[in-house]
Amino acid sequence: MTIDSTPLREKKVGSANRNVTEPVLRVEGLEVTYYTDLGRAKALDDVSFTLNSGEKLGMVGESGSGKSTMALAMMRMIKPPGRIEGGKVIVGGTDLMSLPERDMRKARLNKIAYIPQGAMNSLNPVMRIGSQMADAIKSHLTGETKSSIEDRLSHALRSVDLDPGVARMYPHELSGGMKQRVCIAIGILLQPNVIIADEPTSALDVVTQRQVMETITRVQSEINAAVILIGHDMGLMAQAVDKVAVMYAGRLVELSTVREMFTDPKHPYSQALISSLPNLDNKGVFNGIPGLAPSLLRLPSGCAFHPRCPHGQRELQRSVRPEARILPGGRMVTCHLYDEEGHAHE
Amino acid sequence: MNVKVIVKRLLFFVLVVWAASTIVFFVPRLSTRNAIRERFGELARSGGFSPGDIEKLIESMNKSFGLDKPLLEQYWQYLNNIVHLDFGYSLSKYPSTVTEVIAQALPWTIGLLLVTTVLSFVIGTLLGAVSAWPRAPGWLRGIATPFILLTGVPPVIMGILLVFFIGFRLQWLPLGGAYSPGVVPTWSWPFFFDLMQHQVLPALSLILGSVGGWVLSMRGMGITIQGEDYVNYAEHKGLSAGRIFRDYYLRNALLPQVTGLALALGTVITSAVVVEGLFGLPGIGTALNLAIRANDFPVIYGIVIFITLAIALLMLILEFVYPLLDPRIRDS
Repeated sequence: MTIDSTPLREKKVGSANRNVTEPVLRVEGLEVTYYTDLGRAKALDDVSFTLNSGEKLGMVGESGSGKSTMALAMMRMIKPPGRIEGGKVIVGGTDLMSLPERDMRKARLNKIAYIPQGAMNSLNPVMRIGSQMADAIKSHLTGETKSSIEDRLSHALRSVDLDPGVARMYPHELSGGMKQRVCIAIGILLQPNVIIADEPTSALDVVTQRQVMETITRVQSEINAAVILIGHDMGLMAQAVDKVAVMYAGRLVELSTVREMFTDPKHPYSQALISSLPNLDNKGVFNGIPGLAPSLLRLPSGCAFHPRCPHGQRELQRSVRPEARILPGGRMVTCHLYDEEGHAHE
Repeated sequence: MNVKVIVKRLLFFVLVVWAASTIVFFVPRLSTRNAIRERFGELARSGGFSPGDIEKLIESMNKSFGLDKPLLEQYWQYLNNIVHLDFGYSLSKYPSTVTEVIAQALPWTIGLLLVTTVLSFVIGTLLGAVSAWPRAPGWLRGIATPFILLTGVPPVIMGILLVFFIGFRLQWLPLGGAYSPGVVPTWSWPFFFDLMQHQVLPALSLILGSVGGWVLSMRGMGITIQGEDYVNYAEHKGLSAGRIFRDYYLRNALLPQVTGLALALGTVITSAVVVEGLFGLPGIGTALNLAIRANDFPVIYGIVIFITLAIALLMLILEFVYPLLDPRIRDS
């Protein structure tokens, strides 16, 4: 099923694509299953959302909730024993899932770019930075002259606050933050419609984290791409994104603006996430989420969250799988507590 | 690479060669055997010498080989000779000098051993890389398997089997020798063709058993490299499979292989003794073999020191090539 999100919040972004009503990214019913020796694990279950140009979506959830699988599925980079079992990923009008493999390769970086999780090891140690950027350009554009490639490189490097001279260096000569910036620079080389950043700051110190986040925000507004930020640092998300999507056991359980999410989370899991954040008024008191994330091989019946849910003891939660519902105001929540029209029960 | 590092490497090279030569000098002198006395003893047994004459002869020989001087002086003279690549005269092939003996044998060994070692390195490395590459077609990945099975067969056994089946039973190729008897070596196509025919079986016996080793080490490395983030990210960048294979996968998996190649080149001489002996090829291995049988000490010295020099030189070259392959080494 599909959730159409009209602009959730009036934003002033670059006007180029603003008058286009069709969202730049539309994910519909994406499903990924891993066929392991222990059984089938549904890593993504009927995930749907849309994103407009210039918008930033933060994707949060516990480890194993499907965040990274989501990124890989959108790039069509799920490797066996995993398989994309259904769904569409429409970028700028083209469904990536139905492209032949050759065209999909061309679409990577060009339409949809990926900024890797482990930037520390994501650059080839025996190639100069410039060559690793240039080969990305050469693989997608034909007939680029040497000087135009050169121009693109220095422009991309400057956009992420790096000296163009970095192109002549090797990865081991750069710091962690610089490597991450190089990966961002590669991500924007071809000005893609969608950028997926998979925990782009996880290996960096707090100061560098902030700088890298600011860099992502700046280059995004420069090329007006839609950005999906994957991570579990809610604090960092709160500062950086427009919308937040919460994943639980392979499902998208809530999608709303960052303000709504932090002031009035709807899904009980989101509520637990928000209340587990350290709070200035309530020093020293941490409310963890009781219970453990379920194994995808043995998902609880009905709503996968019901064993940990404070409202999960009724028959409905235990036996019936909840469907995504649109609440008044355009928020999406996948929970039995809200009826078909999205009004809260109780 | 800065000057300091280069000087350090060169000094180390000199040190290795010096240490090896010193060992080679002193170890035989610990033995009570006397090469000159043994040689003349042999002559005496075939008759025609009175014992007094032989003592005189030995004395004059000792003098001309400098063996009457104090040990340290001999040692100094010996080091001096090595620097000038002068190992004196061969005892068994007098009046040829040791350098001449080596120079005559060397092209054969380089031609066969060096070529086969490099060839099996290239074949094995490529097969290993392909066999670990998940996107390679199945039949291509399967080619490596028979070579892995042959890994355990030593060159001698392989050589005997090849000579028996292909040379003796099928009579497709000559049994041995460097070229057909009666043929005069000239720079001509017919001679070259004859030469090559004689090299096929020795080359096969060296290659067949050694490709598997390269396949295995490359395969292991290839599997490791495939799991690296940068190979994965290269695919995310939308690079073509060929480019990822060449620049990201092969290039990185190759680094330990190159070290292996240098080490393998060092052991070339061991195979040479065996294979050249088996096929009757006039290379360094055969020269060493003959010298040992004939107690031809100058030639043994010469060849051992020459091998030491060659290996040390290969290592030195590797030290300079490796930073070109792996930039991370340059700064450390």
